[in-house]
Amino acid sequence: MKMLSFQFRVVIVLVCACAFSQSAAAAETLSIVKKREHVQCGVSQGLPGFSNPDDKGNWVGMDVDICRAVAAAVFGDSKKVKFTPLSAKERFTALQSGEVDMLARNTTWSMHRDTALGVDFTGVNYYDGQGFMVRKDLGITSSLELDGASLCTNLGTTTELNAADYFRTNNMEYEIVAFEKADEAVAAYNTGRCDAYTTDQSALYAQRLKLTEPSAHVVLPEIISKEPLGPVVRQGDDQWSDIVRWAHFAMVNAEELGVTSKNVDRMKAAKNPSIRRLLGVDGTFGENMGIGNDWAYHIIRTVGNYSETFERNVGKSTPLGISRGVNALWTQGGLQYAPPVR
Amino acid sequence: MAEWTPKPPRPAPASSVGLGAWARRNLFATPGDVALTVLGSIFIIWLGNMLLDWALINASFSGDDRTACLKPEQGACWPFIDAKLGQFIYGRYPEAEIWRVNLVFLFGFAGLVPMLVPSAPLKSFNIAFLLGLYPVFTFIMLTGGLFGLPRVETTDWGGLLVTLVVAVTGIAASLPLGIVLALGRRSRLPVIRYLCIGFIEVFRGVPLITVLFMASVMLPLFLPDGVNFDKLMRCLIGVALFSSAYMAEVVRGGLQAIPKGQYEAAAALGLGYWKTTRLIVLPQALKLVIPGIVNTFIGLFKDTTLVLIVGLFDLLGIVQFHFTDASWATPETHITGYVFAGVVFWSFCFAMSRYSIFMENRLSTGR
Repeated sequence: MKMLSFQFRVVIVLVCACAFSQSAAAAETLSIVKKREHVQCGVSQGLPGFSNPDDKGNWVGMDVDICRAVAAAVFGDSKKVKFTPLSAKERFTALQSGEVDMLARNTTWSMHRDTALGVDFTGVNYYDGQGFMVRKDLGITSSLELDGASLCTNLGTTTELNAADYFRTNNMEYEIVAFEKADEAVAAYNTGRCDAYTTDQSALYAQRLKLTEPSAHVVLPEIISKEPLGPVVRQGDDQWSDIVRWAHFAMVNAEELGVTSKNVDRMKAAKNPSIRRLLGVDGTFGENMGIGNDWAYHIIRTVGNYSETFERNVGKSTPLGISRGVNALWTQGGLQYAPPVR
Repeated sequence: MAEWTPKPPRPAPASSVGLGAWARRNLFATPGDVALTVLGSIFIIWLGNMLLDWALINASFSGDDRTACLKPEQGACWPFIDAKLGQFIYGRYPEAEIWRVNLVFLFGFAGLVPMLVPSAPLKSFNIAFLLGLYPVFTFIMLTGGLFGLPRVETTDWGGLLVTLVVAVTGIAASLPLGIVLALGRRSRLPVIRYLCIGFIEVFRGVPLITVLFMASVMLPLFLPDGVNFDKLMRCLIGVALFSSAYMAEVVRGGLQAIPKGQYEAAAALGLGYWKTTRLIVLPQALKLVIPGIVNTFIGLFKDTTLVLIVGLFDLLGIVQFHFTDASWATPETHITGYVFAGVVFWSFCFAMSRYSIFMENRLSTGR
């Protein structure tokens, strides 16, 4: 996700330049989607907790749930979505060429991507960032105690540079042990070749499962880089961009208002005007986006609120066991904040 | 006077027959041999022991999720393969429709086996079935949309199904295309010759990944809106063109090995170009290059794993894909998965290789 070579950037920019003429014609995504009767959603080729297969081969994960939420908003049916697994290299061209309507592919929102590639990010469904994993028996609780540590990491990624910056800023000694592939780095860490393993936190939790004794390792709380992951749409179709943006906001708002997939039917009769507006009992918020007024009701009924999708896919009860951390609601000290439905 | 009978020959000395003699001759002839034999056996025993430990003794055989494969000294995690086997073979092909894939596999097997056995009768019917009826049948059965069969998008195909579809299409298309290209490259007509040379050199000059990437990512950008080929179809065409360029060069090698006298003899018999090619040149040329042809087939079979780059999940791709299922993530999961994929690929390639040796022996009568 961070390893775009220079040549490849050039190719992307050229491709986007050719595709700009098409992106204007590709507006009205909503009517195309409605005609096709399903949302075509670009996802990863497998990332635990975000888009991965279950035993039946169904797609599950946080990114997958955003796609299902959009389908639920448009059709009232979260099953009307098809997934296109995309490699990191082809994801933006696939979006540009109209092969997919949206990307939910653990894509980091960066200025370059937002401004130069002809795409728009609609929000952040997971705040990721680089972190450290160490052995529990080292007794370390903060990455500021890592002075003199050796770090296993991947060769030539921004991960390496971030770690270097972090250690230099905090006047700490360090030694980088870089490997070509993530699997090699994890294996080296597993055999005790280095004190800590560093990469994006969500990946740390996933890699931890591959260690001989996962419970003997701990992911330190600090995040040393910003990797906001979010859905991406083509630039120039504001209506579609609004729908994808508000699909995520609806889930965050639902959590804040205490609406879950279990109580949503009861909540329709609630007196709280915020809940009534969210569930489409009052107002015409869905109509303004060109979809049904009960759009959010269907999202919550079939996919759940933000907390439900988080806990189901990456939360404490899953093998990944990620705590909410910065992804908690703003009312609980996190960063997940949605504008009101008003 | 008794009739003279020769003495029966004495048996060979005990020191030169039997297992002991064989071992002495081949394994313990010199001190160097002794050392190599001992080292070799130690290595084999060590390796075999390790494999046995991993694959059987320390392995898990049943369980529903990762907890089954977490004991200390864990060996292979076979329940992972067991739980995902359907995925590995059919991909996300809808469960209710899997009988269609099985039927296609069955018919393919039933058509192929008598084809490969030289003594089986009705070869011409068999060929007509395999090259005429079977592809149509496969296409209708797998994609559906006709005769009341529900449509199954190719994006739902995966695993061994995709590997076989890509490999078999590539193999079936590359041989005839390759022969045509090879003949074209040796043609006396300059337009045909240069077209063939151009085609072969372009496709041999770029990596398969580039061809696939162009076909799957760049092509849609240049096509007008609404015109969209199926992704698998684009890959199949790319793979077929690519492998036919390689096949052309293999066949050309065979053509060049045919002595000039053969052409002259054919001409003296009054045969034209097509008859010469069909009756004299090609049968000899193809026989010569059987190892090369099978080599290309095997290479192609393994190259099918590259379709992962354009988001299609072949066998290896889908095995790797399922490593990301957190409920099965253990230190042994990916090793087990890779071993499984390796064994499947090896079985197919080994079968092809053995059949090629069998055909060589059969055809080399009189040499």
